[in-house]
Amino acid sequence: MNVAINPATLDIERIRADFPILTQTVRGKPLVFLDSAASAQKPRVVIDAMVNAMETQYANVHRGLHWMSERTTEAYEAARDAAAALMNANDRSEIVITGNSTGSINLLAHSYGRGVMKPGQAVLISGMEHHSNIVPWQMLRDAHGIELRVAPITDAGELDMAAFEALLEDGKVGLVAITHMSNVLGTVTPAERIVSLAHAFGAKVMFDGSQAIVHRKIDVQALGADFYAWTGHKLYGPTGIGILWGRKELLEQMPPFFGGGDMISSVTYEKSTWAAVPHKFEAGTPAILEGIGLKAAIDYVQSIGYDAMAAHEASLTEHALARLSKVPDLRIIGQAQDRGGVISFVLGKAHAHDVATLLDRQGIAVRAGHHCAEPLMHRLGLDSTARASFGVYTTHGEIDALADGLDRVREFFG
Amino acid sequence: MTQTETFDDLRDLYQDVILDHGRNPRHAQRLEAFDATAKGDNPMCGDRVQVWVKYDADRLDRVGFEARGCAISVASADLMAETVSGRGKADTKALFEAFRTLARTGACPDCGQSLAEPLERLAPLAGVHEYPSRVKCATLPWHALIAALDGTKEASSE
Repeated sequence: MNVAINPATLDIERIRADFPILTQTVRGKPLVFLDSAASAQKPRVVIDAMVNAMETQYANVHRGLHWMSERTTEAYEAARDAAAALMNANDRSEIVITGNSTGSINLLAHSYGRGVMKPGQAVLISGMEHHSNIVPWQMLRDAHGIELRVAPITDAGELDMAAFEALLEDGKVGLVAITHMSNVLGTVTPAERIVSLAHAFGAKVMFDGSQAIVHRKIDVQALGADFYAWTGHKLYGPTGIGILWGRKELLEQMPPFFGGGDMISSVTYEKSTWAAVPHKFEAGTPAILEGIGLKAAIDYVQSIGYDAMAAHEASLTEHALARLSKVPDLRIIGQAQDRGGVISFVLGKAHAHDVATLLDRQGIAVRAGHHCAEPLMHRLGLDSTARASFGVYTTHGEIDALADGLDRVREFFG
Repeated sequence: MTQTETFDDLRDLYQDVILDHGRNPRHAQRLEAFDATAKGDNPMCGDRVQVWVKYDADRLDRVGFEARGCAISVASADLMAETVSGRGKADTKALFEAFRTLARTGACPDCGQSLAEPLERLAPLAGVHEYPSRVKCATLPWHALIAALDGTKEASSE
């Protein structure tokens, strides 16, 4: 891809200036942060929004009749509007605010799984899921008599569509719960195709969009999805806040997960009634400051634009694949055609933890391990990989630093 | 610039002794005849080790291991096997406590003179104290060894 002729470019120097942490040095070297898929760094606007809220207008939300509470409620609820616009949700009430993607998926497994699905039905996941999209379904299986099916992946690290379709064919699958982009392989799954197949066999679809929402414009209506889960902290927002989008008629069928304040319509000792969607899923004082921070993060991302972010990431990924493929003995794990800026690799016989520590000595932060995807590691025949992942602030020079750093690690280990 | 100077920044943890024992461990084998064995498992990083012990009266005659893990854990297992052979059980446990302190803090100022010589042999691993997430790599084989001595089958470094 030639970035020069793409109109959607971004001014990388200006963007880097937005992230205060990027001027830090680590172990005496300039920070090369290539672990954004685990959690992204925060721009100044997010930091300032949260600090400013604490300094000027903080109170609890949804209950106070005073000025502070009203201002805070307004600022917090703006996150819901921003998330709805970001995903092109049909209505702001379809945005359930949770703690993170894991919280979103557990909510769905509990409320939709136990509340709407019937024993004997199945949930279909893929062979490249994060533990957060495996374990809640295992718990549902064991508690509620739901079968758990796993669609295999190909050696290239793509979803095996024929096998996926075959697993839907008996009509027992009530819900497909699948990643939209693998946190290990970088594979972007064919979402439209998944939805049309699932719907043809009567299954609803939830995407785990933890990685995808960082890299691609998500339009839930165009996708035709039923649920979409993601987390704020990978999208340059704070930790402790995530989103579950769901189609309103489905959310309305689902019983609450947590009970408590803020989720009720009325309470007597005999009986309580629930607030309307989405509040019936949001018991207790929410992550107020994190909501305000998430709103700022979404605004920030929207101001750059997904076209520019995606073009930058595609260029970085192409550059990284080219540079890393020239490092002797380095093997890239995952060769999907449609992929994002997450690249796993192994270096000769060196253990991924040694590689990561030796890169860290050079100021380069990568992740190493099983990436919370042990079944995928088994499928790949690996114990662990090292992983470099990119953000909007990542430069081509940082990828060169990684490749040079890996050359040194290789020489060092001999 | 010599090779050594080029890699100065990488050597604080990965000293030659560690690279050598990590690459060519001398004791990385299952013992055919053994009196005790135990496994160690670090679920956070996937490192696994099994340790076999052959006693000679009340002393550890030989220790062998199989490890799946990083250079630090393999080197630590190998240096451990080398250092504990010929030692009594209580002595070995005392050495483990001293080594754990060394791995966590980089030194063991309160360790007695009797442990000075074996600790010196384990000293190349002291660099892990700068990397809290790697301390467990160095101590996992020891946890497995102590579990074998205590007659328990599984150890975890958690």
